[in-house]
Amino acid sequence: MKPILELKGITKRFPGVLANDNIDLSLNKGEIHALLGENGAGKSTLMNILYGLYEPDGGEIYVNGEKISVSSPRDAIARGIGMVHQHFMLVPVFTVTENVMLGDETTRAGGFLDRKSPAARIRDISNEYSLQVEPDSYVRDLPVGVQQRVEIIKLLYREADILILDEPTAVLTPQEVDELFTIMRSLVASGKSIIFITHKLREVLTFADRITVIRGGKVVGTTTPKDADQNDLAAMMVGREVLLEVDKKPAKVKGKVLEINNLIVLDDLNNVAVNEVSFEVKSGEILGIAGVQGNGQTELVKTITGLSHPVSGTMVLCGEDISKATPRTITELGSAHIPEDRQQDGLVLSATIADNLVLNTYYLDPFAKNVLIQDDKVLENAEMIIDHFDVRTPSPLIPVGSLSGGNQQKVIVGREFSRPIKFLVAAQPTRGLDVGSIEYIHNRLLEKRDDGCAILLVSTELDEIMELSDRIAVMFEGKIIAVVDAEGATKEQIGLLMAGVVNA
Amino acid sequence: MSKNEKKQDQKKGKAGKIFLEELSKSSFTLTILSILSGLILGGLLVAVTTEEVYQAFNASFWEGIKTGAQAAWSTYEALFYGSVGNPGKIVDAIKGGEAEEIRRAFNPFFDSLVVSTPYIFAGLAVALGFRVGLFNIGVEGQLYIGAATTVTAAIFLKGLPAMVHVPVSLLAGFIGGGLWGFIPGLLKATTGGHEVINTIMMNYIAFRLSEFLLRGPLKDPEGFTPVSAQIEESAKLFRFFESPIRFHLGFFISLLFAYLVYLLLFKTTWGFTLRTVGANPKGAKYAGMNITKTTILAMVLSGGLAGLAGANEVMGVNHNLALAFSSGYGFDAIALALLGNSHPAGVVLSAILFGFLRNGAIQMQLSAGIPIDIISILQAFILAFIAAPAIIRTIFRLKEPDIDIDAVTLSGWGGN
Repeated sequence: MKPILELKGITKRFPGVLANDNIDLSLNKGEIHALLGENGAGKSTLMNILYGLYEPDGGEIYVNGEKISVSSPRDAIARGIGMVHQHFMLVPVFTVTENVMLGDETTRAGGFLDRKSPAARIRDISNEYSLQVEPDSYVRDLPVGVQQRVEIIKLLYREADILILDEPTAVLTPQEVDELFTIMRSLVASGKSIIFITHKLREVLTFADRITVIRGGKVVGTTTPKDADQNDLAAMMVGREVLLEVDKKPAKVKGKVLEINNLIVLDDLNNVAVNEVSFEVKSGEILGIAGVQGNGQTELVKTITGLSHPVSGTMVLCGEDISKATPRTITELGSAHIPEDRQQDGLVLSATIADNLVLNTYYLDPFAKNVLIQDDKVLENAEMIIDHFDVRTPSPLIPVGSLSGGNQQKVIVGREFSRPIKFLVAAQPTRGLDVGSIEYIHNRLLEKRDDGCAILLVSTELDEIMELSDRIAVMFEGKIIAVVDAEGATKEQIGLLMAGVVNA
Repeated sequence: MSKNEKKQDQKKGKAGKIFLEELSKSSFTLTILSILSGLILGGLLVAVTTEEVYQAFNASFWEGIKTGAQAAWSTYEALFYGSVGNPGKIVDAIKGGEAEEIRRAFNPFFDSLVVSTPYIFAGLAVALGFRVGLFNIGVEGQLYIGAATTVTAAIFLKGLPAMVHVPVSLLAGFIGGGLWGFIPGLLKATTGGHEVINTIMMNYIAFRLSEFLLRGPLKDPEGFTPVSAQIEESAKLFRFFESPIRFHLGFFISLLFAYLVYLLLFKTTWGFTLRTVGANPKGAKYAGMNITKTTILAMVLSGGLAGLAGANEVMGVNHNLALAFSSGYGFDAIALALLGNSHPAGVVLSAILFGFLRNGAIQMQLSAGIPIDIISILQAFILAFIAAPAIIRTIFRLKEPDIDIDAVTLSGWGGN
């Protein structure tokens, strides 16, 4: 049976990098095909070429055996190719109907917009494919999972037969991920074909019919879930054996570094977010705070790093009371912070990598003598960190915003780890990163812990918590409802605690 | 080749490629093309609004085109003569050898520099504000207050040698403007009160206050109009040539300050803090920077620079203070700072451009009969092209930059 879509020899060059190198890809009708690769491997570029956002430098595209040229998304849509991007292209203040018909508006006599027929069509599509959505609701009121359905409906409205989903599960909760895959199954059952781009190994093995792995712009191989397991795929993605389980030495725990007592913190709406929390972190251990997003972890981290102040309770770091301290004081005491939102809080995207690497040390010796910045020392520091932490960039002087997510995180990690630190708060340190980067960050964290640093790890990824922590605290509705030793703790046990079930 | 050397070469090769790409994408190219396009459109506008052109079209198509081109040409010629000088006149004057004739011939050029000087100060003031993410619309008012404090120091401090009086009077101007910038800065930093609203309102307060002072305490006791007394000789800024050339020390002082602002922004720790707060206040906070202090400091410095613009006019040009002595320098400066991409070097170049245009416009009005407003329209075109770079990019087929390296965003308007 002929493939419904074939990419042959696709090549694309950007200045300084060969993003796609002679790539062949085929998609059979009715299959779910996963495109797997690290950040920067070239998967999004390939799909953008297919969707008409880029022109390839070489290669051909065949749909149903017929060679086509795609020079804009309009061409792609006309050929039945549709794409749902990782960051949705929806207008929050429009209704679902308005969003779906945007660009393809139906009009009544006189040029007035006709909203009724699109709404009716949306209802039909909705029922046919079990994509429950109310056409008159405003997009800004919809949860992320439903917004994604609207994006899919946009494609079906335009009669796409080939659907491309770019990192569809990055923004979904575990439950929404399951719902999405049910939808995908029903779509292929009705004759659609799907390519989804991802770097999540487990999903690929559970939901894909075939898997193509891309590395460094080239196709490494095509396989199926039957023929490959997580380790095989990871090795293909990264080009070497990847340790999916890190090698954790036993902890050498010493004295108290951070002590929190009866901390109460309010959130932006003045509700109690952290409700009389007490714990301590010792030198040489990792305390993992597990919990579903939204149980007070964000506010807790904000307070510990000095961005907000507690309403009551005390915080003592290295013997000093930091309950009312500024971020700078806390940093100067030897604390470091990997923020949850790396682009908003951890970096200045328009500034150079070199400047970002001295973001909290630029006023100190040797980067500044009195008030004059020593540019040569800043550059030296940048080159050293880029080398040591393997940040992939052509130069230290380009804006950090042009780096991939994984490399941006390495910049932050490099910056925080290059000072002598006694305490580290790592909040969602591997969010949005690929397998290779995750392995890297985890190893660095364990290294610091073995060096005697006290680490507070806050993560919603239970696997990460279980892998790295020495002790695990579970946060639920603002309280720490349990603290257990990692040794002997099970996923089920922690999972239940995360759901608030104590003494199961 | 060793691994390191190979790496260096690769880096250089990549850097070279990137540079060429960047030139196509760069904002400098964009700026030059925007100015050119503005000039072309301005010429078209002149042609379209000249009666003779329509009459010529009645005769024949080519007559019409010729007349239109002539109208545009004579406009720009007048503009050139008015801003730089008439080459014919200059040659004649030098041949003639008479000192005053020579000075008169070179005067347009020097006068353009005189007009550029307050633009430089005001442009620096706005640019500094932009760098910290603030929209300082109050430069005009800060300029007025600075002029008032300067003229006070320049009139009432008697018996001081010039070496002392000049810096003291300039300082007075800086302090006056700085104070006027401090208030909206404090309000923004402590209450979040938007600086656009507050600076605009402070402008009106400044204008009326100025008027009050000029009708009262600062009025020349021997005059009848709201004008101050002449300032002391020792407070006047040195003029390099005799009348009619007014070219004075202020130009070089403004260049000095441009350099100081450059040093501050790009070479000091304060500047690093300032730029970071402007680029990403959240990240700046996380990095330990004090947003409140930085905001206030930036507004004080910005106001101070604006005050120096006022001081410059008092001490260098008019030697007194009168009502409405500023022809909207503060507002033009906003356009200017944008054109210069909020970089001191860009501001100086843009200020000189605006100064030449403004000075030339007067001559243009006299000799070619073109209304002076054409200049404003010209400036507006140039700005529109700068503000909507997509237009220039499409016309000239330039490439888009990935991330604006030197992008200056305004946090007050949701730029992050």
